[in-house]
Amino acid sequence: MSDLDTFRAETRAWLEANCPPEMREPVQGEDDVYWGGRKATFKSEAQKAWFEACRDKGYTVPAWPREYGGAGLSPAEAKVLREEMARINARPPLSSFGIWMLGPALLKFGTEEQKRKYLNEIARGEIRWCQGYSEPGSGSDLVSLQTFGEDKGDHWVVNGQKIWTSYADKADWIFCLVRTDKTNKYQGITFMLFDMESPGVSTKPILLISGNSPFCETFFDDVKVPKDQYVGEINRGWDVAKYLLGHEREMISGADNSERGAGIGAMLKRQAGELDPVLRAELAMFDVDALAFSAMGEKFLDEIKVGKAHPAQPNMMKYAGTELNKRRHELLMAAGGSAALEWDSEESRGGAAARSWLRTKANSIEGGTSEVMLNVIAKRILELPGA
Amino acid sequence: MPLYHDDDQTMLADTARQFMAEEGAIAKQLRHWRDRECKDGFGHALWKQMAEMGFTGILVPEADGGLGMGHVEAGIVLEEIGRNLTPSPFLTSSVVAATALGQAGDELRGRYLPGLIAGESVFAVAIDEGAKHRPERIATRAEKSGNGFRLSGRKDFVVQGASADMIVVAARTSGADDDADGVTLFAVPKDAAGLNHDSVRLVDSAMASHLTLDGVELDGDAVIGEVDGGREVLNRMLDAGRVGAAAEGVGVARGAMDMTVDYLKQRKQFGKLIGEFQALQHRAAHLYSEVEIARAVTIKAQQLLDAGAQNASLMASVAKAKVGKAAGLAVKEGVQMHGGIGMTDEYDIGLYMKRDRALAEFLGDVHYHAGRVAELSGY
Ligand SMILES: Cc1cc2nc3c(=O)[nH]c(=O)nc-3n(C[C@H](O)[C@H](O)[C@H](O)COP(=O)(O)OP(=O)(O)OC[C@H]3O[C@@H](n4cnc5c(N)ncnc54)[C@H](O)[C@@H]3O)c2cc1C
Ligand SMILES: Cc1cc2nc3c(=O)[nH]c(=O)nc-3n(C[C@H](O)[C@H](O)[C@H](O)COP(=O)(O)OP(=O)(O)OC[C@H]3O[C@@H](n4cnc5c(N)ncnc54)[C@H](O)[C@@H]3O)c2cc1C
Repeated sequence: MSDLDTFRAETRAWLEANCPPEMREPVQGEDDVYWGGRKATFKSEAQKAWFEACRDKGYTVPAWPREYGGAGLSPAEAKVLREEMARINARPPLSSFGIWMLGPALLKFGTEEQKRKYLNEIARGEIRWCQGYSEPGSGSDLVSLQTFGEDKGDHWVVNGQKIWTSYADKADWIFCLVRTDKTNKYQGITFMLFDMESPGVSTKPILLISGNSPFCETFFDDVKVPKDQYVGEINRGWDVAKYLLGHEREMISGADNSERGAGIGAMLKRQAGELDPVLRAELAMFDVDALAFSAMGEKFLDEIKVGKAHPAQPNMMKYAGTELNKRRHELLMAAGGSAALEWDSEESRGGAAARSWLRTKANSIEGGTSEVMLNVIAKRILELPGA
Repeated sequence: MPLYHDDDQTMLADTARQFMAEEGAIAKQLRHWRDRECKDGFGHALWKQMAEMGFTGILVPEADGGLGMGHVEAGIVLEEIGRNLTPSPFLTSSVVAATALGQAGDELRGRYLPGLIAGESVFAVAIDEGAKHRPERIATRAEKSGNGFRLSGRKDFVVQGASADMIVVAARTSGADDDADGVTLFAVPKDAAGLNHDSVRLVDSAMASHLTLDGVELDGDAVIGEVDGGREVLNRMLDAGRVGAAAEGVGVARGAMDMTVDYLKQRKQFGKLIGEFQALQHRAAHLYSEVEIARAVTIKAQQLLDAGAQNASLMASVAKAKVGKAAGLAVKEGVQMHGGIGMTDEYDIGLYMKRDRALAEFLGDVHYHAGRVAELSGY
């Protein structure tokens, strides 16, 4: 048996012993996702047990080095773990912007001290992070951001407003883009880290079309940020910001979701018995695209680990993955008929179908819109003029 | 196994790319033979050269004198064939027929494989009966006759049929037309009495036969695999051929896309390069995304076939369908974005459109394979 086969066998046995049956059921609602942080509570004993088992094994962030709270798995081992978790439909034990976004940026740009502190806190689910990028006047054109940090010697005083800050009201800390030089557009932004409990930080929730309120307006009113709380270099935060966006886009693309998107045709047939022939045809075309995208996700993840992927490829993944997910939910609504319209009945699990359908519309907006993704592909991959 | 080419495969890809770009180029092969109204539709000299490169026997086991490689490697060659629109018997002979012969006994392997490896023989496959691919139904009959068989029926879309030294024919030895069982595969030599070709030129300048089998007498040793048990071999041939056609289609798509993107960087209108117009940029970027995904699933299907995985057949259909969509988009956008010049025979982009159309039909189009994906998925 090769080392990898041994690892697979061990992993399978470990999952068998540690992943409770409830954690192998599909995620139904927002509270099925465990985000960690100071204010976190567990929905069930199973959720707690699964999280703790993974945390202790380093499996909340399997590919991170052990000293930062990971399991130090090689790319090949991490792939085996992913495959084995997918095989039993294991839920992610911990979801967080720390894992998907800040962590990779710290691994690349952070100091050793920052890595030891922040990465361990993220891996152990102790601190929940939010992302302070977008502003009312700066969405797609993010680099035009205006939130300003005035240099006061040993600290900055930050003033300004962020918007669409997901879970700002639930997060413990924020990674935040702050202008520190008004004369230099690209090289005048610092990537700061600060506590959301700092005096002068306030949040105001915004209601989404799905009826949920996962994001906020975030206000900074003379917020003091110590001068050592930044990543990379002062005024060079844009480099960190862009690098992080690559990981954010990779995450939103669903590249590692294996075949989760496909197979709705089979599920709907089991539920309904008979499918409208035109809907069946659309489902079949969807499954072709979804299964093909799952191969693309696998290839992308394999290539990115060894530096074979084009650096702008996460933009392509995000574009394709989010457009696919929107299509999936359109099909689910179409198949669901009037039952899928119910907004708060128990039968509809609180309007889960309709709310999820509406939520997916944000996929092609958050983290950079589809149009912006296409712009980036045109410019950086196809090298079209003037793009 | 990681889903990208390893070092050996990358080397093979470099070799194949260079070889096809030089020897298989459009001007040298496709246009050359088309403009001469060549009765084969391809060049025998190139086929010999491909043999010298080792390509012809790429899927043939080493014990039989081949390279004993897999579908990933065959796909590498096919992608370059696609990119250059190189007419050759590779897909039908070295992929589909070679897969059938791989299941044949020593006698048939010894008779046919050396010629294939040497680039001296050309094989064709006769599966379809009618204008659309529908291998579930086989009406061509093979009746017992003496210690052999007597074949009668009609086959369509037998690519390079009239040029072939041997044709793999799927016929029915028992049961009704739609039965899964009762199918037998035969290696029919070109000089068999009662074999009639109505050879026609297709839109992509390839030659194909409407084949009539008019009481063709064959010995028992012409049977590939088991009598009545040919369905399994047929399915293997189909999977191999579909994944191969997908790989060639990826090459067609990439060739058309590269040409188009280049054009966007050269052509000026309204005082600008047309590649500066966002309307075209977004469509080109979307196309890139589709072609990348099609290529990924094609390599995935190749790996699964090589591994003998349970879902290989499903992913073969996914690959064939996805490539059908992506390559179709590549050639349509290609012609459109070229404007008027894209409609001219002199310019190559239209040749990509023609080849894509023929390849899309070969062994099942998008609709057939999407339907098959639904069926295999349980709906
Ligand atoms: C659910 C959700 C969660 C979010 N979470 C966060 C968060 O946690 N932190 C955070 O900082 N931000 C967050 N965002 C904000 C998100 O990043 C922005 O919404 C996004 O970048 C788009 O900016 P905008 O909304 O200002 O739209 P705009 O930039 O105003 O875009 C409007 C339209 O114009 C198009 N457009 C803009 N520029 C171009 C161009 N150059 N070419 C072609 N078309 C163009 C866009 O594609 C879009 O269709 C979230 C957004 C959503 C929906
Ligand atoms: C079969 C045929 C018959 C014809 N007959 C005649 C005739 O009888 N008389 C005659 O005078 N002409 C004729 N034409 C020419 C025809 O009018 C032109 O081909 C057409 O106007 C396009 O111009 P073009 O070929 O130079 O393409 P281009 O203008 O170079 O266009 C190339 C691509 O760029 C795109 N593009 C160009 N500008 C923009 C923009 N601003 N924004 C976004 N996309 C852009 C185009 O849509 C196209 O996809 C004929 C053409 C054909 C194909």
